[in-house]
Amino acid sequence: MKLLQSLIMALKSILANKLRSFLTMLGIIIGVAAVIILVGLVGGFSNNITSSFARLGANTINVMIMRGKTVTVKDIEGFALEHGEFFSAYTPNVSMGNATIKNRTDSLTTNVSGVNELAEQIDSIELAAGRFICYLDCESQRRVCVIGSYIAKELAVGLGDSIRINGYHFDVIGIKEQKDGGTASSADDVVYLPYTTTARLGRSQVSNYKLLVEDLNKINEASDILSDYLVEATGSENNFRIISAQAMTDTVNELTGTLSLVLVGIAGISLLVGGIGIMNIMIVSVTERTREIGIRKSIGAKQRDIMSQFLIEAIVTSALGGMLGIAVGAGLSVPLGKLMGLTAAVSPTAVSIAFGVSAGIGIIFGYFPALRAARLNPIDALRYE
Amino acid sequence: MIDFCDVYKIYQMGDYAVHALDGVSLHIEEGEFVSIVGASGSGKSTCMNIIGCLDEPSYGQYILNGRDVSHLSSNELANIRNRMLGFVFQQYNLIAKLNVLENVELPLLYQGVSSAERHARACESLARVDLSDKLKNLPSQLSGGQQQRVSIARALVSQPKVILADEPTGALDSKTGQDVINLLRQLNQEGHTIVLITHEENLAVQAKRMVRLSDGKIVEQCVMENSASF
Ligand SMILES: Nc1ncnc2c1ncn2[C@@H]1O[C@H](COP(=O)(O)OP(=O)(O)OP(=O)(O)O)[C@@H](O)[C@H]1O
Ligand SMILES: [Mg+2]
Repeated sequence: MKLLQSLIMALKSILANKLRSFLTMLGIIIGVAAVIILVGLVGGFSNNITSSFARLGANTINVMIMRGKTVTVKDIEGFALEHGEFFSAYTPNVSMGNATIKNRTDSLTTNVSGVNELAEQIDSIELAAGRFICYLDCESQRRVCVIGSYIAKELAVGLGDSIRINGYHFDVIGIKEQKDGGTASSADDVVYLPYTTTARLGRSQVSNYKLLVEDLNKINEASDILSDYLVEATGSENNFRIISAQAMTDTVNELTGTLSLVLVGIAGISLLVGGIGIMNIMIVSVTERTREIGIRKSIGAKQRDIMSQFLIEAIVTSALGGMLGIAVGAGLSVPLGKLMGLTAAVSPTAVSIAFGVSAGIGIIFGYFPALRAARLNPIDALRYE
Repeated sequence: MIDFCDVYKIYQMGDYAVHALDGVSLHIEEGEFVSIVGASGSGKSTCMNIIGCLDEPSYGQYILNGRDVSHLSSNELANIRNRMLGFVFQQYNLIAKLNVLENVELPLLYQGVSSAERHARACESLARVDLSDKLKNLPSQLSGGQQQRVSIARALVSQPKVILADEPTGALDSKTGQDVINLLRQLNQEGHTIVLITHEENLAVQAKRMVRLSDGKIVEQCVMENSASF
């Protein structure tokens, strides 16, 4: 018997029991839709995080020295110069934490960091007015600062004005161009000082650095070289920490990978339950149609014909369920993502895997009932009431 | 055509064995019309099921059309049922959700006949039993006699050599039953070998030969003189 005939027969029998077929498919529909939605949402989530890291600066490496033998700014400078093929710039990064900024009357708190003249290149800072911190500013520990557009606007200060940072007077020598919407806690809500000044006022040692790696492909290798150097310089790998956007992205990707595996696993359980539902219904259907099977056998249906009839019915049921699931999943992914503030995309891989799995479930769980139908003895089947 | 050599069918029921067929030897020529009669439980259906390759003998040999079919594989038996044999059952045994035409096409479907030819041959077969106007009806929308004619059309559609009818009139009134027997006699005249089971003597005597079973044994065989008078 031809495949097309079997397909038509299967569709007929599925349509003859619409409600039952739909309920049978429901497990598959939910499972497939869940796989597609979850993969889409996790993908959107991971894109979100990756792009926010990229904004941090994908090609910078942050170093934090916590203890061990002292490593001076000169040491880092020497190291960066020696490995010029990896590192094109470096800056100390002395954080004052949240400092209070005041003009005459208004005040706000923001993150203040002490850097050298190369930070302009490293953080790709563009100035709307004035100049950036220069070498001499650092050498002479000048009380000068470069402020973000948000600070300038909020405190109504301009170039040449004087502001107070934690009580100390600073002259505004540069104003950063607005880059990040000009809102609080954005890249426009920053203050840069010469690192020497920051270190002295905070009575702190320089312990954080930022290094620029122009070639993104070399960033992992550069991290390794830096790490080797610091192990020697500080005495132990526990004395410092290296953080790069790349490494963080890798960690996040690993995390979201695990997350999606877990979620897809849960959805897979739903698919399994759906498959068992199909098996159950197929067994009921074989029992119900025992007499029909007997009639078909008496007029010449072979085992193979009966087998394919029931197997195709199971496959068509689960594949139809799979297609409905894909439709539901694809339809819900984007709006659900929007609801969660993510840009979820329907992944073609997830769609094809989900469809393949659902058809496979039909084969696996339909096989046993179909075999049972095919093996029925024609006489017993004909006598069945 | 049909050759039974000392055929036994034994059902083991716990401690004791039921001899449904107890050493039956029967020879049916091509073109014959044989009726099998006997009391209820005498083994008529068992005999018919073995003739129809639906069941296997426990012992003995069954030769159909020159071929020993006692122990063939289920696929080969299906093939023989499909091409050489046509069944007519007491309960019609039509598939309820298929319409008349689809029911009659079914044996051809399993032969892999193309859809156009299937349609043509099924229509022809249905015309033969005078049901050309009911092609799209479901079996449940037909009378018992009409359903039995559909099942005869289905038995005819693959042009089988042998038509086996197990109490085809059992569920019909005597007038309709006689119509069915007339149809079978016509088919016999056209060359089909026919085996008919019935317990109505007045129908059985319309065959060319009558075989009487009792407790799984053939107890009487007689050739009808009047058979030519049809
Ligand atoms: N599957 C079976 N298991 C056990 N015994 C069986 C089975 N099938 C038939 N028999 C027995 O075999 C004997 C013959 O049965 P069969 O159906 O051939 O009778 P029959 O002549 O067709 O009767 P009826 O006129 O009532 O249809 C009976 O005694 C029956 O109980
Ligand atoms: Mg019987």
